[in-house]
Order: sequence, then C-alpha cells, then structure tokens
Amino acid sequence: MTNIVNYDSENKFTGRISSFQSMGTVDGPGIRNVVFLQGCPLRCIYCHNPETWGKNGGREITEEELLNKIFRYEKYIKKNGGVTVSGGEPLMQAQFVTSLFKKLKSNDYHTAIDTSGIGNLKEAEELMLYCDLIICDLKFTNNADFKRYCAGNLDTVLEFLHLSEKMRKKLWIRQVIVPGVNDSEEQVKKLKEIACRHSNLEKIELLPFRKLCVDKYKEMGIEFKAENIEECGNDRLRLLQSIVNVK
Amino acid sequence: MKKVWHGFNGGTWQSSINVRDFIQTNYKPYERDEGFLRGATQRTEELNKKLNVLFSEEQKRGGVLDIDTETVTSLTSYKAGYLDKEKELIVGLQTNSPLCRGINPFGGINMTRNACKAYGYELSDKVEQEFLYRTTHNDGVFRVYTDEIKAARRCGVITGLPDAYGRGRIIGDYRRVALYGVDYLIKCKEEDKRLAGENIMLEDNIRLLEELFRQIDFLKKLKEMAEIYGLDISWPAKNAHEAVQWIYFAYLGAIKEQNGAAMSLGRVSTFLDIYFERDIAQGILTETDAQELMDDFVMKLRMARHLRTPEYNELFAGDPMWITEALGGMGEDGRTLVTKNTYRMLNTLYNLGSLAEPNMTVLWSENLPEPFKRFVAKISCDTDAIQYENDDLMRPSGFGDDYAIACCVSAMRIGKDMQLFGARANLGKMLLMSLNGGKDEKTGVQVAPYAPPYSGDILQYEKVLELLDFYRAWLAKTYVSAMNIIHYMHDKYAYEKVQMALHDTDVHRFMAFGAAGMSVLADSLSAIKYAKVKVIRNEAGLITDFITEGDFPTFGNDDDRVDTIATQQIELFMNELRKKRTYKNAEHTLSILTITSNVVYGKKTGATPDGRKAGEPFAPGANPMHNREKNGALASMNSVAKISYDTCRDGISNTFSIIPEALGHSDEERYENLAGIIDGYFSQKAHHLNVNVINREMLIDAMDYPEKYPNLTIRVSGYAVNFHKLQKEQQREVISRTFHSFM
Repeated sequence: MTNIVNYDSENKFTGRISSFQSMGTVDGPGIRNVVFLQGCPLRCIYCHNPETWGKNGGREITEEELLNKIFRYEKYIKKNGGVTVSGGEPLMQAQFVTSLFKKLKSNDYHTAIDTSGIGNLKEAEELMLYCDLIICDLKFTNNADFKRYCAGNLDTVLEFLHLSEKMRKKLWIRQVIVPGVNDSEEQVKKLKEIACRHSNLEKIELLPFRKLCVDKYKEMGIEFKAENIEECGNDRLRLLQSIVNVK
Repeated sequence: MKKVWHGFNGGTWQSSINVRDFIQTNYKPYERDEGFLRGATQRTEELNKKLNVLFSEEQKRGGVLDIDTETVTSLTSYKAGYLDKEKELIVGLQTNSPLCRGINPFGGINMTRNACKAYGYELSDKVEQEFLYRTTHNDGVFRVYTDEIKAARRCGVITGLPDAYGRGRIIGDYRRVALYGVDYLIKCKEEDKRLAGENIMLEDNIRLLEELFRQIDFLKKLKEMAEIYGLDISWPAKNAHEAVQWIYFAYLGAIKEQNGAAMSLGRVSTFLDIYFERDIAQGILTETDAQELMDDFVMKLRMARHLRTPEYNELFAGDPMWITEALGGMGEDGRTLVTKNTYRMLNTLYNLGSLAEPNMTVLWSENLPEPFKRFVAKISCDTDAIQYENDDLMRPSGFGDDYAIACCVSAMRIGKDMQLFGARANLGKMLLMSLNGGKDEKTGVQVAPYAPPYSGDILQYEKVLELLDFYRAWLAKTYVSAMNIIHYMHDKYAYEKVQMALHDTDVHRFMAFGAAGMSVLADSLSAIKYAKVKVIRNEAGLITDFITEGDFPTFGNDDDRVDTIATQQIELFMNELRKKRTYKNAEHTLSILTITSNVVYGKKTGATPDGRKAGEPFAPGANPMHNREKNGALASMNSVAKISYDTCRDGISNTFSIIPEALGHSDEERYENLAGIIDGYFSQKAHHLNVNVINREMLIDAMDYPEKYPNLTIRVSGYAVNFHKLQKEQQREVISRTFHSFM
C-alpha cells in the first residue's frame, strides 16, 4: 500500500467501531468503505443497528489501524467513491472522525458522514472542514414524533443543517419511511419543504423500513418496538420518492 | 493474393498459418457504445421459439430429449440434420435431429452404457458388439492404475479425473478453417509430416508421425462432413456468412468426435468482425444481417449436447459444455480487441434470451473502452451470464493477445498451447488423512502409506505442518502418476484428431492440476494456530471430529494472518507437483477451481478443524467459506487476490453474488459500481470473477416454483448454469453461499 501514516506519541487517536464494511454503494456516491461507529444518543424504534447503541460496545481501534484498513481498498474506492462514517452516531466521536478525515483528505479520499445531526455543534463544525458530504437522516419533521419515536430533539437537527449550509457542505437528506408513522404524502411534502430551505441540498433519499434486523434484537435480548409494523412496500416508496425528488 | 482474401490487408498470415497476424493487420477496434445493435429478426424469433420448445421438452423428459443408441458418433456417421431447414442460416447438427444425443464410447463403454440406462434407453447390440474387442481410453487407464491410485480416487482425495470420458479443455483454432480452407491446412500438416520423417525414428517421433497421419485423415473427414450439408470447406470462406459457417463446422467436427468435459470455442468474435466489416463495406451485408448470423450461430452452439451419466452431473452440474468464447481484451500494441462483433456476440443474450451457453467470458482490462465496460456491466445486471478474467494479468504472462479460455479459467494461446486436464486434489481431505496416518477418515481404509497418526489431544500447528509435508508429497506423486497414465491412454485410444489438426504441430503442453478446499484448509490451519482445537476420536481411534475453542481469523477478511496460510499451502502443493515429471514433459500448472464439484468434495470429506461439519460443502473455487466473511465483499476479494497467479497459471476462480440493491440505487449507479469493483479487483493482479446480481429470495422461490423463472441463469465458479438444471442439493448450496447483501 502506498499510503503510510506516521504518528508521534501524542497523536495517537483511538475510536470505537461497531463494524467495518468494505463495500457500501448506498451511503454516498460510488463504492465506499463504511465505518460503523459505536454509540448513539437516539433510540429510534425502527433502528436496524441496535448493536451500535451502547457507548461501550464494539471494539477499540486506533486511527492508524483504521486508515491502513481503508488504504487496502484504494483501488476500489478512490476513483468515484470514498469513505462514509456512519453508526451509531459519528458526531459522538467527532474528534476521532475529524482526525481520520484530515488524514483521508490529505490522501485525496472523498469523505462523508451519515448522521442524525445530533451532537456537539462546535465539534461538528471542525469535522465539517474535512468532510465532503453530509448525509443527514431527518427522522421526523415535527418535535412530537421525533421525541416519541426517537427520543431526540428536532431543533438540534435543524441547527446542524443550518451549520452545514453555512459551511457550504454538500447535503443529502434522508428519511426512513415507516408505514403508519411517517408515510403520508403530507408528511413527506413537509420533509421536502424543510430540506429545500437549505441551499446546499443535493438530494433527498427515502429509505424503506425493513425488518431484516429482527434476529439481531432477539440475539441481544431487547425488544424490537417496531416488530408489528409492516415493511414499507417498494411501490409506496417509489411514489413518495417521486414527490421529494429535487431538480 | 487469393481472390477470397480480396479487400484484406496482406501480411505474414498469407504465407503461413498465422491467424493472429491476420487479425492484427485487419481488425477495426470499436470504442463506442451499443447504439448500433439490432434486435432479433422475425426469422430469428421463430427459430428461437422452436428451439425453446425443444429445450422445455428436454427438461420435461428428465434432461435428455433423445439418444441415438445405434450410431457411434463421428464426423460422418449421421446424415444432415436440421432445426428448420428453410429458416436456418447456419447448418449442422451433432446427430440426425436437434438435441438428440449421440453415443461416444471411445472414452469408455461403461459410462455410455450407464448413461443410456439412466435415461431409459438400452445401448444397442450393434454398438456393444463393435466395442467388444476394442480398447477404450477407460480400459487402458484401468489396466495400468495402481491399487493406490484407485483407492485415492475412490475415497475422493483425488476426484473428477477424466478417465472415463474425453479429457476436453483443448481448443482447436477453428478460425483456421475459415481463413485458409481445409486443403491448405492438410498441405501444411503433410509438410510437417514429411519434415518429421527426416528425424531418427524413436518413440516420440513415431508417435508424432502417427498423430499427424490421424490429423490429416480427420481433416479430410471434416470436409466430408461439410459435404453432407452440401458445402465445400476445402477453400477459404468467401464472405461473412461462410466464415461463420466454416468456423461452426470446425467446432461441430470437434464435438462430434470428442465428448471432452469442456469444449471451448476460443476467440472468434473479433476474427469474424473482419469479415462482417468487409461485407458491410461492400454493401452485401447489413447490420441486421450480421446480427442474424451471430444469433443463428449461437443458437447452434446452444444445441450442443453430450450424453453424460447422472454421476457426472452430480460433479459438474447443469449439463455443461463449456463452449467458452473469450471476448474483448487489449492487443499488445495497446489497441482494444473489442469490435462491433464483440457487441453482437453479447447481444445474442438479449436477442435469444439469457442462457449458460456459450460461456461468455470477458477479458477485462483497465483500458477497455468505457462504453464497453458499461455495456457488459449492464448485461451482468440483466442476465448474470458473463464471467470476467483479467487480461492485464494474462496478456503479459506469456499468453499474448491471441489466447482463449479453456473451460472456465484456463488461458491458452490459440492453436499453440494445449492442456492435459485433470480434475483436482482435495486439500481438506489431505489434512484429515495426514492426522490419521494415511487413513480415510470416513471408512478407515488405509489409502496413503502409513505414518504414525497424530497422537495428542490438542492439535499443535508445527506438528500438523510436519505431517502435511509428508502426505502432500505422497498426494502429489499419486496425482501426477494418475494424470500421466490418463493422458498417455487418452492419446493412445481417444486422440483429438480434429482439434489437434487445428493446432501447430509443435504444440506447447500444459498439465493442468487442480486443488479444491483451499479455504477449508486455510481456516482449519488458522484454527489450529490461533484457537484451541481438540480432536475427537471414534472407537477405532480415527480422528473424526474436532472441538474448536476461541476465535481465529478466517480467509475472506483481508487478514494476512490466515491469508498467508492459504497462499503458502497452495505454493507448497504446487512445488510438490513440480518435482514429479509429467507425460510428454508438459508444463505443470494449477487451478483453484471447482465449478460445482465443491458440493461433492464436501460430501466426501469428514469434519474439519475450522468447524465445518462432515459432508458440508466446500466453498467453490478460491472462495472463502460461506458466512465467514465479516467485512463485506471487497475484503473477501482482497483475500482471494493474494493467491498468486504465477503459482496458479491455470486460473483462480472467485464467485461474487450480490443483490441488486446492494450495488447502488439506480441502474446507472449499479453499472458504474460493478465496473469499478472489477477494475479494483483486477488491479491487484486477481484473475477471475464470476458475477451474480441476483437476490436470495428469488432463488429460494425459484427452487419451489421453477416454472416462474424460465431460463434462470446463475454463475457458479467459472460457469453459468441454468438454475433448474442444478440438483436440489446444489441449489441449496448456491443459496447458502454468502450473498453480499450489505446495504
């Protein structure tokens, strides 16, 4: 591998990751490595990565190890793809991600975070300096639902989006469509309205709620609160997507 | 210059046989997109419909439509046969009627007899009588096989030896017939024979002279075969229509004569493009006509059949012929070898519907024109009917720019190289045999020479390696011996006359060995090295199971700790093979390829220290074991890419299955990403990639409701098959194999 990162003793960052996926094609442009970080402040009822919730799960990894892992995929991901840090919540380990992205940018990799937008704004601002694309999952468009289904606060997310605009970072807004919860045309139009307020918006992506994660919950012995909700059908998703398409 | 060559650029190809020179001096690279292609004509559709009815009739009758039990197949033993005499542009069938299978007992009469019986037929007395006093290849081999070879074969530590049917994997340069006509080829062979006659008459030279006699004899028969259809192939083809027909006749002659396991077509598309371009320039052919000829040609290829036993199908599922056509690639001068006719050949998959044959193989280079990369990626997403091989690796490895692929992954310079093919050794079983002092862990039979079996309860890495060294040497010797016997006898009793007549007389020979169970062996050794493996013995003291405690790295995660074990074990095995002399001094090569036989190898192998249960299938080819890949598809590819092509010149097969959603959101994204994956994989000197873009649910559904998915093509290592032609067990194995479904 051509990229070698040198470290001095004070500059040895470590982070906690849940898993590393060498091939992702749906979390940002092109072929990407996707790093799932450990720890998330939200508890979305339909979350499909419950193993990433706790701060102390996963495994510790040094920045050096992670970078060397990524560099092994240079030939696949450098041309049109890059690296996406997802989670969990990347903003919970913003300093680690910032440092990682700094190194990736100096090696000409495209960088992206897949975030809920909830975290320390000061740290997020620093991170954005080295991030090419922000993929923000705007889970609900009103505070009541946000609180009820995700145990989070919409206003914080809106501030985060505002910051991304100020920093002139490309923005993709996403939402998981959960039948009976946020799948009305009216709700989706509201999403589009909020998203389009931001001049840095590139696209809106709707993702279908799926229940592939049922076994994970069982294995972990925790309740899957969305178990009785039906999956989002492809036709419904296509229709809603056509409403939110921009340009 | 001959009149038939009018309009071609001259070159050394005119004064001696040199098809490559003809191509290089005449072909026109095509770097744009598929926009010029034409769909199927009404004639093509009607003919194809008729063919599809026969295909489904064949399925209904258990996989065989009809057998001619009276006639022994040869070039001239059948009268002319047609699918539809009025409509066909390209003519010629293997027997009198479409899909009817001929009898080819030269490899072995037992296999023929059993195959007839399996499908409800009786081999005729006439043929039985004819072969009563005749030695077949199979007879010859078993006269010489030692008890040790027979035992190794029976227990499955060496499996799939071509000792009861044609060895195959020989690619005649069928283009020579079109470019030069048969008379000129006979003249050249006669001259070679005259020259060889000047040498001192020792065994090698005497044998060569007899082989040349037989080649010439069969070139004459090839002419007679064409005459049965009212065509004279003495002379070069005058136009594109004749060029396609002449090539097909040459191929037809080969499959009438031989029932080899793999009968590749070679690399004909770009060669033919020169004829198409000439006719189009002269205004005697349109694009529609050109596509029609290719469609008709491919329909003929799809009708090729050999009679096999059910046991054979268990090993090589799906009634395969491996009519492999190598497409694209780059020339040594940097021009792409992609032509319009490369597109036409691929377009038959749309015009006729997706099917496993011919086995479309794209020779991939980083420098292929981008529109071509996109087009083949699109076909992969639409049909799963393409495999990819690394031209940037093979071209500089001595194969140049006029090689083709035998079977699935074996490169050979067309008309200049041939191979002596021979199945594979089971490395997983070799490990178990080493622990058990040379005994088969399933039966307790002493197969290999005795050495003290492993004595402790916990497996020690260094001790196991020592035992492996001893048994590896034995396995290699036994394997090379078996191969030498097989190929000696095949040359003696079932020599490929037509195919070898379409090679240079001074041909280079490979002896192609194979290894199965690489990832099982690597993971097992990794478990022994990094975790704690306790042996379990049965009453007879045989080690038949293991308890493995603790974590260990597994092949397929781009983890050097185990990946180097895999590369080392393969190199050690190859080094051991190289120490043993081969028949006709053939060059040793090795492949990591199983097609579908990974299921049978697994069945014949007891539990292994990696946690694989007794009888569980191996991973196909060089693939990591199912569900042990924890870092996604690219990590898995990076592991396989570490296996050295220098060690495995006969090919390293990797099968990649993915659901469409995991390749990207839109179709265009999927094409681009797929091309990017192939570029990335091959840039690391990886060799081969099968691509299946398909979803698991669909396959599960297809198992239960085959009627909903007609012609469902999937790729198994090195080969596309119709999913419905796989046995249930193989279908299940394909499904359980890791689908890269990360989203």
